[in-house]
Amino acid sequence: MEMKKEWEGFKDGNWSKEIDVRNFIQLNYTVYEGDGSFLAPATKKTLNLFEKVKKLQEQELKKGGMLDLDFEHPSSLTSHGAGYIDKSLEEIVGLQTDAPFKRSIMPKGGWRTVEKACESYGYKLSPDVIEIFSKYRKTHNDGVFDVYDSEIKKARKSGVITGLPDGYGRGRIIGDYRRVALYGVDKLIEDKKFQKSSIETEEFSEENIRLQEEIAEQIKALNDLKTMASFYGFDIGRPAETAKEAIQWLYFAYLGATKDQDGAATSIGRTSTFLDVYIQRDLAKGLITEEIAQEYIDHFVMKLRMVRFLRTPDYNELFSGDPVWVTESIAGMGEDGRPLVSKTSFRILHTLYNLGPAPEPNLTVLWSTELPKGFKDFCSKVSIDTSSIQYENDDVMKPHWGDDYAIACCVSAMRVGKQMQFFGARCNLAKALLYAINGGRDEMTGEQVGPKLAPITSEYLDYNEVVAKFDTFIAWLAKTYVRALNKIHYMHDKYAYESLQMSLHDRDILRTMACGIAGLSIVADSLSAIKYAKVKVVRDETGLATDYVIEGDFPTFGNADDRVDSIAHDTVVKFMNEIKTHKAYRDAMPTQSVLTITSNVVYGKKTGNTPDGRRKGEPFAPGANPMHGRDKNGAVNAAISLSKVPYEHSLDGISWTFSIVPKALGKAEEERTSNLSGFIDGYFSMKGHHINVNVFNREMLLDAMEHPELYPQLTIRVSGYAVNFVKLTKAQQMDVVNRTFHERMN
Amino acid sequence: MKTRIHSIESMGTVDGPGIRFIVFFQGCVMGCRFCHNRDTWDKHAGYEISIDEIISQVQKGLPFFKQGQGGITASGGEPLIHAEFIEELFKRCKDLGITTALDTSGCVELTDSVKNVLAQTDYVLLDIKHMVDEKHKILTGRHNDLVFAFADYIKNMPLNIWIRHVVVSGYTDDMADVEKLSLYIQSLGEAVKRIDILPYHTMGIYKWEQMGLAYPLVGIEPPSDEVLQQIKQTLEKHNKNVYL
Repeated sequence: MEMKKEWEGFKDGNWSKEIDVRNFIQLNYTVYEGDGSFLAPATKKTLNLFEKVKKLQEQELKKGGMLDLDFEHPSSLTSHGAGYIDKSLEEIVGLQTDAPFKRSIMPKGGWRTVEKACESYGYKLSPDVIEIFSKYRKTHNDGVFDVYDSEIKKARKSGVITGLPDGYGRGRIIGDYRRVALYGVDKLIEDKKFQKSSIETEEFSEENIRLQEEIAEQIKALNDLKTMASFYGFDIGRPAETAKEAIQWLYFAYLGATKDQDGAATSIGRTSTFLDVYIQRDLAKGLITEEIAQEYIDHFVMKLRMVRFLRTPDYNELFSGDPVWVTESIAGMGEDGRPLVSKTSFRILHTLYNLGPAPEPNLTVLWSTELPKGFKDFCSKVSIDTSSIQYENDDVMKPHWGDDYAIACCVSAMRVGKQMQFFGARCNLAKALLYAINGGRDEMTGEQVGPKLAPITSEYLDYNEVVAKFDTFIAWLAKTYVRALNKIHYMHDKYAYESLQMSLHDRDILRTMACGIAGLSIVADSLSAIKYAKVKVVRDETGLATDYVIEGDFPTFGNADDRVDSIAHDTVVKFMNEIKTHKAYRDAMPTQSVLTITSNVVYGKKTGNTPDGRRKGEPFAPGANPMHGRDKNGAVNAAISLSKVPYEHSLDGISWTFSIVPKALGKAEEERTSNLSGFIDGYFSMKGHHINVNVFNREMLLDAMEHPELYPQLTIRVSGYAVNFVKLTKAQQMDVVNRTFHERMN
Repeated sequence: MKTRIHSIESMGTVDGPGIRFIVFFQGCVMGCRFCHNRDTWDKHAGYEISIDEIISQVQKGLPFFKQGQGGITASGGEPLIHAEFIEELFKRCKDLGITTALDTSGCVELTDSVKNVLAQTDYVLLDIKHMVDEKHKILTGRHNDLVFAFADYIKNMPLNIWIRHVVVSGYTDDMADVEKLSLYIQSLGEAVKRIDILPYHTMGIYKWEQMGLAYPLVGIEPPSDEVLQQIKQTLEKHNKNVYL
């Protein structure tokens, strides 16, 4: 390919010959090692526009969480014409429908889910849509239920496996939206045509024909994307020529993805340092000033804050606060040892000041102990001021995923444009432990869910007996779970294929089967209680173990005590090894996460008394967190325990949500900043994977529960994402309030 | 060697620089009316721990304590009741490459064992309760002569002094007394690196109640911002690095 005029001033390399965004970034980005003093405040235009957005958000909240809905036209790239907030103020344009915050329907995943969601907001799904998707066009959900077996259905109903993407978009796929800006859509179509022709003459196999069909779908999607942009008056067939165009092109590509799919997590990738190349070029040419550069980023982020999907109440209970997980991965280190920190890494974090704190985009710093100090301390300061950032350990991820990966959703790393995952929600290991004790009967209903094996009948639990039975049950659970996921993803590919997002991937990609577990700290503490104290079983008249009496003390997870930390470690390794013994759909590589999102509350509701002393119905700790209040010796010891959960056996991520009161970070502001940086450095040098940092007082949360109107932007980090505190359910708010706050001050 | 401690905190950030492992030793020499750790007074309460056990915990967290000037802080109660133990503990911590800090009332005799601890100490967090002896006696139950002797001894040692002063309404907020304190701190010279003003708070009352004891400062409110600012300004007249 010849150097196009849009590429003038860029250093040439492999990227101009083939699709290779990483190579473009590496050859052209400018490292920034300074601090945040260059940053510009919001322009008048930004403030005016944001005022309008905030008003609409208020109305949305007042109307019960949804402002408006198009219940007639299933969303697609071209289903709706152009939409604006205020055309005269918007530097970056594009909405999911023809009006701001107006949601749309996406019935390909399952029309019943859409119908339920419509009804919960007082709308009625158009009968035409129901007719089409029940009579003429099969959905993902129908496909899955055609092949679910009774064992899966029972496990799903009891909650030992929860949140499976069998009635909603699986998400967690990141298109390489940067490709649209760098190459323009025409070039991408040409490349896809070449990819297709490269396999058309191969010997027959189902995989091969499927891929051909998928690429054909991808080409259609790219053409539709061009049409969508043309509604706004842009020709994105050609590459972007300026910073503003680069942001606009990239955003159009992302917007297209949100019109095509309502995947559970629709992350944007690793875009800020890529965009910085364009911004630097325009700044150097004198085309823009720092104020304008910041304005573009502010407007881009404003759009990302406005993405909305139609969800059911069930879904909201699992993943509350209306999250989209527009995760943007920032910084990290390059393979050549240069930090991938640019001025735009700062600019995007600075939106939290210019536009105030917010849960979206889910700003995720790929933290390495090698990052420049100026950037680290800037991040820590933003965390202390806004509680809106999460950190993930680049030093442990880079060896697996290179230096151009991004986080999908909360903690799932994937090489951008080269990898996708089959999202697998998670299974409830605490319940599996109870099944082991009860011979496969559910402790809440008494129903036989797991295989019927001999229950434990002794008065006191014996550690070795429990562990042996637990091993049997997690083997069963892993088998049932992987079987369910295989069926789900087979059908998702068939009936709700993400053609636009996949068009922004290479032809041959790595797929991971992303399994997950919940209840790790409960399992560890329960086994610890059984091993180090005495646990007496209380049974009902049918012999079902329903409660446990603990006699004596036992070590709990979160206190840097190897006796119990090793149990947590071994449990993770054991379950991963079980998962690995099963064949995964499309030869996916099996992985797992220790993550709950906000579903820790629902898991708790569905799980009976556990041998660690947790009462029936009480929430689980989120992610890999120690149970509330059981990490007694301060944050460092909690971090040490967390770092024992092995990343190499949880390649889909290990989430820790951490809350600390400002005064417990130090007396003066600069001390708080450097202590927080030091804390993250300490945790990550011990190979901890992820930390959500919340810095605030419990009293403030209690006040926000009383007076939500005073805290419209109060943002808190939960497991792997952030939410507006006031949008959580009461139960979830209480769960956050009851978490361990590190608050010892002397 | 073993001794009795009240508890540990693996992430202290206000008792010395950086991230610190804090050991709260059991037993105190004073009886401060405003004490927020009333449960540390009794020498025989708490639990027994060995130096090896503490060191093994510190070692696990070294990546944190090695950040900046982080390290270990001996607090309490009055840590210097446990001088021999702390001397050995601090030596072992210094071998690990972290700093040592002593959070003390200074109200102890300058015995050889106390001097030996100070020789292993990088930071002394010296809590001066009151400049006026009668008022010191009322507030803490002890005279303040030992505190001044202690300060006199450490001011010429190669260590850093952080002065701390608790502001209790009606007890320590007389500006004439604060002026005296300010001049006194100045007289200690270069070794003083920082002054922390600690506003009295009521978060320790529950501990007195739990122990079935009458709380001596019933009705005393935390000092106002205005008073605190005034005290800060007074201290800043003669000294640098005053933190509120």
